[in-house]
Amino acid sequence: MNAPQPMTLKKPAAPNVPGSATGAVNRARWLRNALPAISLVVLLVTIFIMQPRAMSYMGMNLMLNLAVPIALATIAQMLIITVNDLDLSLGSFISFVACVAATLLNDHPLLGCLVLVGCIGVYALLGALIHSRRLPAIVVTLGMSFIWVGGAVLLLPAPGGSAPQWLQALVKIKTPVLPFAIVVCVVLAVAVHLFLMRSRFGVVLRGAGGNPLAMAKAGWSLLRIKVTLYALAGGFGVLSGLFLVGLTTSADANMALRYTLLSIAGVILGGGEFTGGRVSPVGAVLGALTLVLAGSLLSFIRISPDWQIGAQGAILILVLALRTAVNRLEVRPV
Amino acid sequence: MNLPIALNRIRSKPWLWSFLAALLVWLATLAFTAGEGAGALTSSALSFSAFFVIVGVGQMFVITTGPGNIDLSIPANIALSGAVGMKLMDSQNGLIALGVAGVLGVGVLVGCANYALIRLLRIPPIIATLSASFLLQSMAIAYGRSVRIAPPELFYQFSTGKWLGIPYLALAVALLTVLAGYLLTRTRYGRWTLAIGQNMRAAELAGVRVERVRWATYVLSAVFASVCGVLLAGFSGGASLSMGEEYLLASIAVVVIGGTSVAGGFSNVPGLWGAALFLYLLVSMLNTFGASAGVRLILTGVIIIAVIAAVSGRKTLRSL
Repeated sequence: MNAPQPMTLKKPAAPNVPGSATGAVNRARWLRNALPAISLVVLLVTIFIMQPRAMSYMGMNLMLNLAVPIALATIAQMLIITVNDLDLSLGSFISFVACVAATLLNDHPLLGCLVLVGCIGVYALLGALIHSRRLPAIVVTLGMSFIWVGGAVLLLPAPGGSAPQWLQALVKIKTPVLPFAIVVCVVLAVAVHLFLMRSRFGVVLRGAGGNPLAMAKAGWSLLRIKVTLYALAGGFGVLSGLFLVGLTTSADANMALRYTLLSIAGVILGGGEFTGGRVSPVGAVLGALTLVLAGSLLSFIRISPDWQIGAQGAILILVLALRTAVNRLEVRPV
Repeated sequence: MNLPIALNRIRSKPWLWSFLAALLVWLATLAFTAGEGAGALTSSALSFSAFFVIVGVGQMFVITTGPGNIDLSIPANIALSGAVGMKLMDSQNGLIALGVAGVLGVGVLVGCANYALIRLLRIPPIIATLSASFLLQSMAIAYGRSVRIAPPELFYQFSTGKWLGIPYLALAVALLTVLAGYLLTRTRYGRWTLAIGQNMRAAELAGVRVERVRWATYVLSAVFASVCGVLLAGFSGGASLSMGEEYLLASIAVVVIGGTSVAGGFSNVPGLWGAALFLYLLVSMLNTFGASAGVRLILTGVIIIAVIAAVSGRKTLRSL
């Protein structure tokens, strides 16, 4: 196997615009990259103005409590989107993991661990199946969502179970200065960023989404890349499920179904695109936080919870509209 | 020498497989019950499949326009349309026409909104219809909060009535599928849709009004989902918020199992019926066998994946 220099892969990133316009282009690109952060800050500031008491350790902890599982799910979805696929089974998978944690992992720790490792194996297999048979990921994961829900219902026919004590203790760690949720989100964003955006292998993984043919011609195994990404996504899905059940202490076969759509929305909010391997781990985590906080904001301004989902949709549309505007800005100088 | 030709002819009609699968499942169920309840099973299969087919037709047109095109707003649209329809009809026979008109209006508006998001924001249809569905869902929750309103007597009778054991609904939807098939293969709009799905750039250069066709397609899909919503509300004696939930998976599964290419450009109208019957009969077969809910779901998933793995062997131009 004659591995190519990953450096050559970075080349297409340079914009093919006249030198005189580079300044404007860079500004537009900077603006686009900063958009997820800006929208989160705007949201936070609005919340703090509406409810100053939210600006405390306790307040932040309460608001962001459930953000960590969503952020983990968003990272999992982002890894799948890196190779231009979409995982419609993520929410049911996370529910399944939560059910496993609340039943098997609590009663028979060894068996529980084996099942969770097996889950990651199933994701790796899915990647292999989708690649080798050239199946549409949307349909395969749609089928998988039935399987995960079915498994969850078999384990827990009625809501219940109990998360292992160590897990409950783990998610309630009190860190100094910053709430645990924020610490986890920052660590998550930085770690995945370093791996996917800065490491050699990360460039290869993203390259498989940008130009699969070129990667294959350069001697990389697309099969191995897809299996890796799917397995990683499965791993983050497992973490998300564990964290979620640690917070809620009991599980339910349908508890995380809405995570599928939330995670897709989070990736897109964070600047990711469906094609071309263009994703951003930091953006994805910020996007997930934005979606979670959108819910809190509504309760602060006393809008009925009926509109909570709608507000998430509205924010999604607003941010995408802003991004389109920024993109126009970038095109103009050419 | 005739065998290969006959085989080829069968291969060129992928929808036969879904009907064959449906027939096998039907026979297996009846073999288990020793032929008891064959009429009731068939009749209920036709009723429920009709709902799958209505949304399936819309989703099929959307998927046909090429990779990435998919309508995720169907479940939320069904919930909203059911609520709007029941509220407008207000349990009075005289207001049925108003209700239906209102629901069709909702469908057109939702379709236009979906398309506007896709066009104006230049975002992938998945995300556009996803964000639209968030908004629709909230509207359905806020609007449909009031007490459950029963459908007008006449509307209820139409939704649940039968003629010689065949539900009216199934007859109407069968007519609808014939029209959809005609639309797809014989009209300019249908041919343009197929052309766009096969190669959007080539279609554009050939003079196809790509954007107009895409707009019509999303409106069509939304209108079908709305019609499904109001009929479903009539069928189940009132609208409920969760009534559309299973239709996202169902609409996509029906299209794909029915032999329509996910990569776009190749549709299959009769396959929708085969796939819808197959899906419903499969669940009722597992029920008859006494499988628990969990086992039923797992087997449904396994079969969907197996079918797609078996069907997708054929090469498509843009399968990457």
